[in-house]
Amino acid sequence: MADVTQVKTTINGEEVNLLCEPRQSLLEVLRDVLGMTGTKEGCNDGNCGACTVILDGRIVDSCLVLGVEAEGKNITTIEGMASPEGLHPLQQSFLENASLQCGICTPGFLLASKSLLDQEPDADEGRIRHWLAGNLCRCTGYDKIVRAVLQVSKAK
Amino acid sequence: MEPFEFVSPSSIDEAVKILASNGDKVRIMAGGTDMLVQMRAGRRTAPLVVDVKGIPELNNVSYDASKGLTLGAAVPCYKIYQDKSLAATYPGLIDSASLIGGIQIQGRASIGGNICNAAPSGDSIPVVIALGGVCNIAGPNGTRQLPVEEFCTAPGRNALENGELLVSVFIPAPQAKSGATYQRFIPRNEMDIAVVGVGTSVVLDASGQNFVSARIALASVGPTPIFAKAAGDSLAGKAVSEEAIQQASELAMSAATPITDMRGTIRQRTHLVGVFTRRTLNNAIDRARGG
Repeated sequence: MADVTQVKTTINGEEVNLLCEPRQSLLEVLRDVLGMTGTKEGCNDGNCGACTVILDGRIVDSCLVLGVEAEGKNITTIEGMASPEGLHPLQQSFLENASLQCGICTPGFLLASKSLLDQEPDADEGRIRHWLAGNLCRCTGYDKIVRAVLQVSKAK
Repeated sequence: MEPFEFVSPSSIDEAVKILASNGDKVRIMAGGTDMLVQMRAGRRTAPLVVDVKGIPELNNVSYDASKGLTLGAAVPCYKIYQDKSLAATYPGLIDSASLIGGIQIQGRASIGGNICNAAPSGDSIPVVIALGGVCNIAGPNGTRQLPVEEFCTAPGRNALENGELLVSVFIPAPQAKSGATYQRFIPRNEMDIAVVGVGTSVVLDASGQNFVSARIALASVGPTPIFAKAAGDSLAGKAVSEEAIQQASELAMSAATPITDMRGTIRQRTHLVGVFTRRTLNNAIDRARGG
């Protein structure tokens, strides 16, 4: 077994010191080392987007990032999306629009949608569908997800 | 994944020393979007992974209007297409950078990594060949340059020798009345691997009615991306016409050596090379006339 490495990173605004092996993905580190199981494993090869997290302002598939690469980085996971005051508007909108069934893809869709609207608050339907192409959902048929994001977008 | 050691050098010299002293025990990682998938599937193993994203030259994007673009080998796709001046200068490169994977992949994947991964279907490679791209390689004996069309040697294999790494890709500044395009055929709209991809660049004369030169390169129709030199050369000096474009597309079809696999048959792929050579040439001509 390779030596464990110490990693100092920031997750959802809090400084975190952790130990991981270089071979562990950021997804494995979040779930297995830190017990943050909100980030889901889908395909584990970068096709489905279920493990999406925001890394230094950009969405990435956490299965395709090594835990050791988190050193000095700023990470947002689904656990950091709601505030003590309540759900994020996108979370609320997903509930209102019944945009989830089994829920495995939902954290990834929420973070991907958040990163889009953070950068482009008035994203239209075409832009939303393009941006979410890296997230797969086998339950909803996507339309309810797109409608939920559109409801929060300022595009009208 | 099998266990490995991880190092993150901060200079080219340091990286070259690590690479040279570890021979074939080492794998270079940039965005990791291909490499980590291959490691997890057991298709590649390495006791040592070298992350090159901490080396300044590999993150550098510099454009000189009199020379061209030096694109660091680890620069992720989104940094290319978010750069408005690059987008205006190299729309063909933007075609590729904005269709590799989804937004998540584009946050990590680089053109340099795409070239080093040497997949026959690498979406950025044809247009970089068409634009006359050159690989800047550093190694134990200093630096060397290699045209991109000579860099991929077999599926998943490239021309890097022991101890070498790809530092950047140089793309010459576009000439007046020039245009480039990359398009691919996929059964979906996003997130797929090219059944056929074609990258073309054209230079027209001042009137915009005659070809000065053209370069055409193909993806997914051979063991490596293919530079269809004869197809591009056939256009030089000719008037822009349907006949000339048709003839070039037939030469591109004869340069293709596709296989039949789950994504397409030899016959379909050969046909598509013709269709996409014509489409990309027409699009590149429109861009050349507009710019």
